[in-house]
Amino acid sequence: MMTNDTLLTLDTVSKAYGREAKKFVAVRDVNLQIRAGEYVCLLGPSGCGKSTLLRVIAGLNPATSGTVLYRGKPLVGVNPHATIVFQTFALYPWLTVEENVEIALKARGVPQTGRRERTLKLIDTVGLDGFESAYPRELSGGMRQKVGFARAMAVEPELLCLDEPFSALDVLSAEALRGELMELWLSKSIPTQAILMVTHNIEEAVFMADRIVVMEKDPGRVLTEMQVTLRHPRQRKDTAFQAVVDKVYAAVAGKTQPEAEALGTAPGQPGKTQPLPAARLNALAGLLEKVAGEGGGGDLYKLSVELVLELDDLLPIVEAGELLGFATVQEGDLTLTPLGQAYADANILARKELVAGRVLRLPVISWIYETLQQDDNKRVAEEYFLDKLQPDFGGLAGQQLDIAINWGRHAELFAFDDDTDELFLEV
Amino acid sequence: MMQRFRFSPALPQTPAFTLGDALVLIALAALLYVGATLALYAPAIIAGPDITLSFSALPWYTLLSVGRMAAAYALSLVFSLIYGYAAARNRTASRVLMPLLDVLQSIPILSFLPVVLLSLSALLPQRLAGELAAIVLIFTSQAWNMTFSFYQSMTTIPAELREAAAIFRFDPWLRFKTLELPFAALGLIWNSMMSWAGGWFFLMAAEIFTVGSRDFRLPGLGAYLQTAANKGNLPAVLAGVATLVLTIVLFDQLVWRPVLAWSDKFKLEMVAGDEPPESRLFDVLARSWLLEQFGRRVWQPFNEWLDGRARDAVGFHADLPGIVEAEGRPSLPAIVTGIAFGLAAAYGLFRVVGLLAAMTLPEWTEIGVGVVATFGRVAVSLAIAMLWTIPVGVAIGTNRKLATLLQPVVQVVASIQATALFPVFLLALLHLPGWLNLAAILLMLMGTQWYLLFNIIAGASAIPQDLRFTTDLLRLSRWERWRTLILPALFPYIVTGGITASGGAWNASIVAEHVVFGGQTHATLGVGAVIAHATSTANYDQLLAGTLALILTVVLINRTFWRRLYRLAEERYRME
Repeated sequence: MMTNDTLLTLDTVSKAYGREAKKFVAVRDVNLQIRAGEYVCLLGPSGCGKSTLLRVIAGLNPATSGTVLYRGKPLVGVNPHATIVFQTFALYPWLTVEENVEIALKARGVPQTGRRERTLKLIDTVGLDGFESAYPRELSGGMRQKVGFARAMAVEPELLCLDEPFSALDVLSAEALRGELMELWLSKSIPTQAILMVTHNIEEAVFMADRIVVMEKDPGRVLTEMQVTLRHPRQRKDTAFQAVVDKVYAAVAGKTQPEAEALGTAPGQPGKTQPLPAARLNALAGLLEKVAGEGGGGDLYKLSVELVLELDDLLPIVEAGELLGFATVQEGDLTLTPLGQAYADANILARKELVAGRVLRLPVISWIYETLQQDDNKRVAEEYFLDKLQPDFGGLAGQQLDIAINWGRHAELFAFDDDTDELFLEV
Repeated sequence: MMQRFRFSPALPQTPAFTLGDALVLIALAALLYVGATLALYAPAIIAGPDITLSFSALPWYTLLSVGRMAAAYALSLVFSLIYGYAAARNRTASRVLMPLLDVLQSIPILSFLPVVLLSLSALLPQRLAGELAAIVLIFTSQAWNMTFSFYQSMTTIPAELREAAAIFRFDPWLRFKTLELPFAALGLIWNSMMSWAGGWFFLMAAEIFTVGSRDFRLPGLGAYLQTAANKGNLPAVLAGVATLVLTIVLFDQLVWRPVLAWSDKFKLEMVAGDEPPESRLFDVLARSWLLEQFGRRVWQPFNEWLDGRARDAVGFHADLPGIVEAEGRPSLPAIVTGIAFGLAAAYGLFRVVGLLAAMTLPEWTEIGVGVVATFGRVAVSLAIAMLWTIPVGVAIGTNRKLATLLQPVVQVVASIQATALFPVFLLALLHLPGWLNLAAILLMLMGTQWYLLFNIIAGASAIPQDLRFTTDLLRLSRWERWRTLILPALFPYIVTGGITASGGAWNASIVAEHVVFGGQTHATLGVGAVIAHATSTANYDQLLAGTLALILTVVLINRTFWRRLYRLAEERYRME
């Protein structure tokens, strides 16, 4: 597979943080190649380690295991051929637009003569002429990101890494900037050989990429890869475009697991303890009502557009629905179960009862509930639960307990006393 | 403007009392012992230069005092940058350096003065020793909060800004210049202003000092004021105070305001502030042709040259972005230094224990009772300070009109440091019964109430408008209103101010409880008096014991009482 135009090769790369009990695996056993001329997107829900992977490739974070080869040579330290455009722009607020771009040239040892001309030309390229002496705080988000692009291009990287570069921008600026980037890239007017973009926006990935690498979380790993062969400029309204988006959506959302596997086991029991998705249950109620109103089923991609929810916001809610048995997902379509239909039709009190019954079937929740019931005062310190969750979830134990408490509260099973840091039984 | 007046106190997240603390205390004791031993060789009689009370000497004296302050400040700045940088970039170093800093800032600096003075005067000519001791003393009052601020900034630089520096391959110098220093600038500047104000307090104490028959005097504004008060020369006192106020106001206008206006660009927020600090002088300077030319022709080329040199010096390699670089096994030099330090500390401990063992039971009792008595005074002065600063602070903080009217006044009054006025108060109080007790509390109060006031004003002005409106709509009674909204909202600010204020009060006890005035010595019961008495009679056992007792008390109170309140404030009463 390894050819001359292969820029980057990842071979069973893993990245973990922390040690022993607090160990958290961000990325596990990733294999990936990036070839010259490619625009590759890393796509996945938040927490799937895509940004971590980007930093491993840029050499900011060393991999814990596995090999990272750049042009066939192992990568040591910061990758000199790559650069990053950051989600939050990462401009120095005390430097002007010109100084922010120039500093990249200066750091590479470009002599003072000629540096200013190159800087001005770069600012010109991204269309910011006239704003050279402005400070970043005087610019709009879109213009700030243009400075970010100009600075990245200043060092003429072979591999341009984009870390969700459009997600902090308003819709219009983001769309404009995407178009401008595609124009620079497709016309080959920048010396960049390949672009690697991290995103959680499926449409964006389909709009720009030649290849989409879909990632999955817990632990972060590559789920599948898809080639996108649509011709540029791509039109979002095209049926072919929408079909690809749908296909990617189906891959990302996966398919409802058999119940035993989805539920997992309680902490301390043999078998895998499944994490709870980071969703609020009232958001789930909203989703179920919406789907019920549309005949009990719907396309996930369409739902996300109608609800103006990004992948990151929608997926955990859908997962919660699957976990509680209110809905199933297959091929990117969401279908209500009879139970889900009943929930959507019920009044508030009946809903609470329904949820309480369903939530109690989750091993983690029932374990907390039973532990509290066995306690004489029906109160147990938060610390106890955290300790027991630690082996399964490491550094994420606190987050898991927060979700469990939120769900327990919603179902009126148990609650949390902030003054004493204890969980207690609702009576 | 006032909103920025909230400073996080320097309380690292370590448990109450660690082995590191014990080591630091032992090392300090050893240091004290070495100083005291050296002090035995100091000349027996030292007569300081005469301090003239003629008005014409004032400008010269002021200049000398400001010079001392500037020297100490420069030292503090360099120290903060090096210490903070080392602690932030090296995990092993930070494990030692941060607890050390925490103890250092709890030390009653004044009790170190005699030891510093005497040991220096044993080694150096008297005048030089005096100057150095004064500078060291002022330095110790300025450096800690600046160091802490720099360290905090270094460790809170947003990850992406750091990553950008790494991916664009900044060398360490360029990274320091473009990222670390600018990011820390605002905190450093505000803490510099605090330090400078605190410096005046210690300047007054450092310019005249008597140890037995050794009379150290440095020509300066502080010496002038004290001499004038001692001689009961009221016109001279007034002239001295007026000069001090003028100096402070001029400093504010000519230095701090322009610096603040300039530093506004270092704000990290990406939105323009609604009330950026303004300075007319800065505006004038910023438009000056001469300065622009200087910048273009001298400063920029110099900068370019400096960057080039730094680049050659460090070679061309990019660092990993992590804050913590060096980790793993300590190097051989570190181990050797550690062992040498440990041996020296052990020897010091041995000698210190020897010295302390020679103390009699009544002497220990005196110190014990003294700690309790001083504790009482500190508590009373804090209580009085809270009683008046909370209502006044809330009034100023919640009322824009009142704020614009009173803030400048408060700032000027606050910057006239207590020690400068202390002699004046003594003159006024001399004839009341129990006057020294009263005077001591008053001095503590004057030195510390401003921290509380500034913090409470900041806290009150940070109470969200909609919460105030809601409280109005609920028609709560006045008391209910205070209980449900104002006091909880102020709590973090009161704690922050209280930590600084209590530290200051303990420190002030040394000047407050033992007064030489009009040729007579007046003392009251208290650990500060014990230390001051031991100092003037050159009784080093007692000085050592008293100082250690004071340090231990302050550290313990900080670690148990204040830290707990601070945690509570952070967790429960944060307004964000």
